[in-house]
Amino acid sequence: MNHWIVAPIVLPAILAPFIIMVLRFHLDLQRIFSVAGVVGLLGIALTITAQASGGDIQVYELGDWPAPFGIVLVLDRMSAMMVLLTALLALPIVLYAIASGWDDRGKHFHALFHFQLMGVCGAFLTGDAFNLFVFFEVLLIASYGLMTHGGGSVRLKAGVQYVAYNLLGSTLFLFALGTIYAVTGTLNMADLAVRVAEIPPEDTALLRVGAVLLLLVFCIKAAVLPLHFWLPASYANAPPPVAALFAIMTKVGAYSILRVYTLAFGPDVAVTDGLIGEWLQPAAMLTLAIGTIGILGSRHIARMVAFCAIASMGTLLIAISLFTPDATAAALYYIFHSTLATALLFLVADMVMERQGGAIAPKPPMPQSGLISALFFVGAIALAGMPPLSGFIGKLLVLDASRDAPDASIIWAVVLIGSFVTIVGLARAGSLIFWKSHDAQHNTEHDPENDEEIPYLPAPEPQPGLAFTSVFGAVLGLVLLTLFAGPALEYTSKTAEQLFTPEQYISAVLGREE
Amino acid sequence: MEALVASAVGVLTAAGIFLILRRRTFPVILGLSLLTYAVNVFLFATGRLALNAPAVLNKYEDVPYTDPLPQALVLTAIVISFGMTAVIVMIALSAYLSSKDDHIDMTAQDSVDGAGEDA
Repeated sequence: MNHWIVAPIVLPAILAPFIIMVLRFHLDLQRIFSVAGVVGLLGIALTITAQASGGDIQVYELGDWPAPFGIVLVLDRMSAMMVLLTALLALPIVLYAIASGWDDRGKHFHALFHFQLMGVCGAFLTGDAFNLFVFFEVLLIASYGLMTHGGGSVRLKAGVQYVAYNLLGSTLFLFALGTIYAVTGTLNMADLAVRVAEIPPEDTALLRVGAVLLLLVFCIKAAVLPLHFWLPASYANAPPPVAALFAIMTKVGAYSILRVYTLAFGPDVAVTDGLIGEWLQPAAMLTLAIGTIGILGSRHIARMVAFCAIASMGTLLIAISLFTPDATAAALYYIFHSTLATALLFLVADMVMERQGGAIAPKPPMPQSGLISALFFVGAIALAGMPPLSGFIGKLLVLDASRDAPDASIIWAVVLIGSFVTIVGLARAGSLIFWKSHDAQHNTEHDPENDEEIPYLPAPEPQPGLAFTSVFGAVLGLVLLTLFAGPALEYTSKTAEQLFTPEQYISAVLGREE
Repeated sequence: MEALVASAVGVLTAAGIFLILRRRTFPVILGLSLLTYAVNVFLFATGRLALNAPAVLNKYEDVPYTDPLPQALVLTAIVISFGMTAVIVMIALSAYLSSKDDHIDMTAQDSVDGAGEDA
């Protein structure tokens, strides 16, 4: 067995308790170990991506129990890619959190950060539906701590909503898994695929219920429209570096939809034929619409970026809901892009909020506004999908892949109008914050207590050099994704190909029995 | 017995959903606990109900046995939901103590500059 597969889970799982138990009172050491851990994770992620890029699906049997009796981790192109994305995202964020002093405004930031990474990597690697639930819980528990990091009454209230909503989601997840287990007698995803295909079509009512319940759970995580309303308040009130890390959490939902609904409840499985794509597609379009309207209507920069996250999930899920290899390749490229772009904008939003508060209104000039506005401009271009950055390529791929879909005209209209409204919304926010000269009289009327609602504890002396370096690191990621769009797309096309031949996955997982 | 277990799950779920729609945090947390009880009983029943049957196979005799996997699943689910309930109680308490208000929704005051709810 290839032990690299379990390394992305084991490394943070060891590091996080080590940080809590040994380094609790040494912030400097915590920072060093935390950054070293993320760099180590990046190294592991690069290694397993290189191993997976050959196209072999590798299986890691935990406790050496063969599937479907034991829990397996499965490394294929998609899971390797997502682990790599997690590590690439974590590095600038942890550096930014250190540079901006956010990790010092509460306890155990770094430990929770690594527990969160463990949960995210585990969710990407696992090949067992119940284990997926467990890793969802690991990442959620860590996210509860990170969400309320730094305290403050508004943030805590938002935290209560966030925890309550996610507890509800977990309960629904268990109901879905219970239903599926009652029908099929297995929760191993590969075994599930085999059993689902064997069930006679007249006995599938309960299984359909389970499949739809499971889709609802993933839609909660992915913030699809009727289930999106937890996201804006949570992301806007979370510490912005944490919100930037949460950009990967909505993608965990998207990943799970892709994984489960190509493998077990695939488009050509009679049980769920026409059930998933047809419901998901209108919901995704509405998600995009509500996200862009939210961008246009927000009066707070963090809230606006939260709506950017919703809008990008809409575009992503439109591509996923087509369930064709081309569209999935586009979706995987777009996942990479939108995660980095959303995180970038959250970090820029934090820079603005630290200097002049979060309201989108003319404000007195702030230090380093030139650099910050340039970064905001780059992030806005990327998220709105304008050339020359990767958002343009991503949206182009999504549009191209949907050309042959039955309602291509509606998809094109929604994506293009959505992009336009996003551009208008981001341009409005950018020009109000950075450009519009502030009115001195307005400032005297603008009472300071009204100015900033999220109570920030006084920040320790920031280190702007490192902060800007880390944000530029995220920009570099986007630029590289644009420059190497060809190889990246080749990889995602092969990934999509692998996803749409689930036989490979099934025989890799259950192969030893045959 | 199936009817009894099924109606227990149904009643617990209904009561839980009623409570999580309340406006204050305490009933919401109670509702979440009831929902987790409901899902635990439901998970336990997914391996079919068997009376007086051990969860292990007997190699020497052909005696009935009950499916052990849901028991393992429900154990995990109990531990997680118990821990989660403790977490939400702590966060709700600190939110209550810092804002002197235990409404679960964000009030208009929280969103003066749009950081909270849609105004």
